[in-house]
Amino acid sequence: MKFIELKNVNKTYKNGITAVADMTVSVAKGEFVFVIGLTASGKSTFIKMLYREEKPTSGTVFVGGLNVGKLRNRKVYKLRRKVGIVFQDFKLLPRLTVYENVAFALECIGMKGSEIRPKVLNALERVGLKEKVRSFPGELSGGEQQRVCIARAIVNEPKLLICDEPTGNLDPETSEEIMKVIENINKELGTTIIMATHDKDIVNRMKKRVLVINHGVLVGDYAKGSYKTNESM
Amino acid sequence: MIMRKEVIRQMRACRIFFRSIRDAFKSVVRNFSLSFASIMCTTITLILVAVAIVAAANVQNATKLIEDELTIVTYLKKDVTEEQIENIKTELKSYKYIDEVEFKSKDEWKLEMSNYDDSFKTVLDYLDENPLKDSFVLKVNDVKKLSETSEYVKAVTGVDTVKYGEGMVEQVISVFDVVQKIVVVVVIALILVTGFLISNTIKLTIFSRRSEIEIMRLVGASNITIKLPFLFEGLIIGLIGSVIPICITIYGYVILYSRLHGKLFSNMIMLIKPYPFVFNVSLIVVAIGALVGMYGSIKAVRKYLKV
Repeated sequence: MKFIELKNVNKTYKNGITAVADMTVSVAKGEFVFVIGLTASGKSTFIKMLYREEKPTSGTVFVGGLNVGKLRNRKVYKLRRKVGIVFQDFKLLPRLTVYENVAFALECIGMKGSEIRPKVLNALERVGLKEKVRSFPGELSGGEQQRVCIARAIVNEPKLLICDEPTGNLDPETSEEIMKVIENINKELGTTIIMATHDKDIVNRMKKRVLVINHGVLVGDYAKGSYKTNESM
Repeated sequence: MIMRKEVIRQMRACRIFFRSIRDAFKSVVRNFSLSFASIMCTTITLILVAVAIVAAANVQNATKLIEDELTIVTYLKKDVTEEQIENIKTELKSYKYIDEVEFKSKDEWKLEMSNYDDSFKTVLDYLDENPLKDSFVLKVNDVKKLSETSEYVKAVTGVDTVKYGEGMVEQVISVFDVVQKIVVVVVIALILVTGFLISNTIKLTIFSRRSEIEIMRLVGASNITIKLPFLFEGLIIGLIGSVIPICITIYGYVILYSRLHGKLFSNMIMLIKPYPFVFNVSLIVVAIGALVGMYGSIKAVRKYLKV
């Protein structure tokens, strides 16, 4: 079984809008996959189903051996501990320092204090923010905040890193830095990466597998390096 | 190996437990204005609860005292024989509402009356024959059956007259009964109101921390881990909120008791002795504060745990 497997997945919201229609796709362990599509194309719903922010209406979603659709509300944490999530709007706690923000993720799952420290410093070093541990999020630039967010997502060594438009709020140079960090995580830790994005430059340059979603339908699945922007978007 | 896993699991649970307590204290201090509002709400309602409990306990106590002293006196006819007296005694004893039957002969009455007043003594001594009647003093186990019991006793052969605190006693007791019921309703209503107020004020603190809850969920905190700090926060608010009500209960009741010399209006309504009564009431107040605080905060946080 592949690491992520979706079979005939449909998602219809309560207001009748079908966000994802009959999607079947799988992603192997260690793959780097871009998910692209216009706004309201359903790619966010697709991403959200991977960490059970949304449940599929029909069909099955498997992530790391867990049946996401059948996962009960109380058991969601089991999935979340295998998955790191990076958001466009960072979602950092403003009153905690950089160190505390990253450590928060480990404290929540009850890890020992002496284990937390090296892990947090390690994660911050990986994203290049070791000298900013005592800063507060408000004192950091957008790119730095996003790197804190990435550090928080990878600190528990997840098998899967989900990035929902991580460069959406950043300028091209900063985006470049962020992408380097994410690519390194993929190469060095072997973490599977699913990244939703609008940024055509990044997709073109990085030459990874690309999933194109349009009106909730998977219209293209391009193997590594075979995707060119002008083909379908 | 399984043992080791179990130990690790338990240690993790401990850490989460103590971190929750720490976070709860932090949160109470950091959101002090809101915490203060919750604490004041709790304080005010708990004062009312404490007053209501004290009132209810005293009413119940007074009712019980009156009930305990309630007796029916039945005088026997002049011409009853020893044998008949025995028969009447067994007959009375067998009745379901009668607890105790005590025989009091006319000579005993004479002695008692003579001791009570000298003029009685002169009169009674002047007469050759004892004009008084033999009697039974009956203790009834249910006050509400007082008139029913007296009807029964009247019908027993050899019984002349039946006397009890007709009407008045029953009225007093039925009034007390109503008062007690009202007080219970008031206490329950107050507890509900407190729960509602605490839940609402904690909702406000939680609203400002919903992003924190969201992130906790996203990084894989279990629901119980998220709930615990809020549970302790409610507990802390409830406990702090019950401090003033307890002081008022203890000092207030002790002072009231000594001012009134332990009775209300007359000797009929005796107040409960302050110790250990005030401590029991304090315990109840603390328990209500703690439980209601925890319930309120859990109710408030539950909303944010649904996805």
